[in-house]
Amino acid sequence: MISRRDFLQMGMAAAALYGGTQPWSRVAAQQSLTQDQLLQFDTFGNVSLIHITDIHAQLKPIFFREPSINLGVGGNKGAVPHVTGADFRKLYGIADGSPSHYALSSGDFSALAQAYGRVGGLDRVATVVNAIRADRPDALLLDGGDTWHGSYTCYHTQGQDMVDAMNVLRPDAMTFHWEFTLGSGRVAEHVENLPFAALGQNIFDAEWDEPAELFKPYQLFERGGTLVAVIGQAFPYMPIANPGWMFPEYSFGIRDENMQAMVDEVRAAGAEVVVCLSHNGFDVDKKMAGRVTGLDVILSGHTHDALPEPVLVGETIICPSGSNGKFVTRVDLDVRDGRMMGYRTKLIPIFSDVITPDATMAAEIDRIRAPFEAEMSEVIGQSDATLYRRGNFNGTWDDVICDALISERDAEIALSPGVRWGPSIVPGQDITREDIWNVTSMTYGEAYRTEMSGEFLKVILEDVADNIFNPDPYYQQGGDMVRTGGLGYTIDVSQPQGSRISNMTLLSTGEPIDPARNYVVAGWASVNEGTEGPQIWDVVENHIKKMGTVTVSENNSVEVIGV
Amino acid sequence: MQLTRRNMLALSGGAAAATALGLPAYASAAQDAIAAFTGGADLAEGAVTLTAPEIAENGNTVPIEVSAPGAASIMLLADGNPTPAVATFNFGPLSPSRGAATRVRLAGTQNVIAIAKMEDGTFQRASAEVKVTIGGCGG
Repeated sequence: MISRRDFLQMGMAAAALYGGTQPWSRVAAQQSLTQDQLLQFDTFGNVSLIHITDIHAQLKPIFFREPSINLGVGGNKGAVPHVTGADFRKLYGIADGSPSHYALSSGDFSALAQAYGRVGGLDRVATVVNAIRADRPDALLLDGGDTWHGSYTCYHTQGQDMVDAMNVLRPDAMTFHWEFTLGSGRVAEHVENLPFAALGQNIFDAEWDEPAELFKPYQLFERGGTLVAVIGQAFPYMPIANPGWMFPEYSFGIRDENMQAMVDEVRAAGAEVVVCLSHNGFDVDKKMAGRVTGLDVILSGHTHDALPEPVLVGETIICPSGSNGKFVTRVDLDVRDGRMMGYRTKLIPIFSDVITPDATMAAEIDRIRAPFEAEMSEVIGQSDATLYRRGNFNGTWDDVICDALISERDAEIALSPGVRWGPSIVPGQDITREDIWNVTSMTYGEAYRTEMSGEFLKVILEDVADNIFNPDPYYQQGGDMVRTGGLGYTIDVSQPQGSRISNMTLLSTGEPIDPARNYVVAGWASVNEGTEGPQIWDVVENHIKKMGTVTVSENNSVEVIGV
Repeated sequence: MQLTRRNMLALSGGAAAATALGLPAYASAAQDAIAAFTGGADLAEGAVTLTAPEIAENGNTVPIEVSAPGAASIMLLADGNPTPAVATFNFGPLSPSRGAATRVRLAGTQNVIAIAKMEDGTFQRASAEVKVTIGGCGG
């Protein structure tokens, strides 16, 4: 039997393996980084897992800036992934200016983007997957979901583009989140035709509160002379964070009692290693790992975190693999005598100028995009700043979107959802129609205009803040704070709901928000059925057209205390 | 577009209004109901399994499941509702299981409390906080 000490030592070895510490001069950056280095891996044990998650329909290479602010609360204060920028690099021994700096952390983004170029691209991902399969032909490829959402082609084909592309990649199983915003009818059409397992132990029939027939809780695979169980965990808060009326047949939730029952069931069926393919979000996965016994590996998605080594909770390893096609994680496991004896992992950043595109996938992507290429590639404007989204309170892309809502919808205040998807734009880059869709595309993008009282605005901010800063991860939904335009406030993240938000100010006048007064508010992505208004991508496009070149000023509208 | 205040509750990044208001008065009503049920007896924990969602998908119909092997009756309360009493389930000696599942309407974020009267006359308690929110912006 493996001792706990041996198990932990194996983890240390895995951490040391990651080649993220070499300093690279910027000029030589791309030349000195090779595909072989990115793929280098001493094959270990007898089972390999390949994890990709939260692609958000990004078929082509993109820029993606990681967050500067990602606060942890409660027991996760100061714990990864709530460590950013220079602190993150220090924690993992990553040199400033290195490829790992650029891939994994914020700071110096626009300069490093010039040196290292774009990341992701499903044709590059295919090359990496194929290389791992060359090493280990029976490796399991597992897709953590948020795959059929987030681009011009995905919207217009209702997810068919991603289904076709992923079928070329041949996953073994998948779980779900934004997929459901295609509507349950469309989801069923796709799922019924998938040549791989559609998993979610927490996807239930809403009426009968029993497991939904269309989704299996788990799948057993014979790999490397052993039996591997993969249990799916869909996003638990789908009908709350997204419009439940689009998929009224389904109920979700964390359901860790059922997760435990499924673990026990697969163990009884002979599984020697149990993998959870999760869309919980990282902190929820950490808590679940402490409550459910018998999970060996959690492949973690939803919160878009990327960590160069797994986090260990008891004897469960948690591997978060980033987003937008930027990373692939390889996990090799030594499974013997009925249990996982050791592991070796590598988070592989997809540097698109370093990894050769796979020709088959590249051709498929071209085929998918061809009918839309002319509309997508139309240049709407330019940017003289980095436009990005990630961050707890604001991002420059959301500043532009809020400005667009205020000016195009003639509002005093704008609200924009704190989603974490959407690639970045680097200074000097053309903004195409596709770029705008990449940060706005969804099936409920109507930009509403309405009046809200000051009191109600406070209720909204308090409610959303509690979905992010509740100290218990099971009450967190994994997004960021709703972005506000024209409205400033102070937030004390250490306080309970109702006491976090203060100093609400109407920025146009500098006056405090009057609880009794009504304000004209424009926003988008309402979860309410029947919301009316122009689509947000049209609002943003009109705004950028008028601006010509997008500039952003420093955003000091949110003061954060209690950190 | 004209939005009613009711519609407004479901706006993106939006929120449930008036959720956490007025809880203390109802909470004490719940305490009174517990006292009436137990006659002021001590409440132990551990024998009651209460299964409730952490966050309600729909506050108007929240699935709650409770079981307590060896219970003669189980009282279910929602301490933030204007009328905290939800149901009391009574089990005869031949009841094969001492549990029940139902759906509860919750006026806002609050505790769902189960008090079990055991066959030996002792009392057991379990509670779960259920958050009622309509806001949220999924990552």
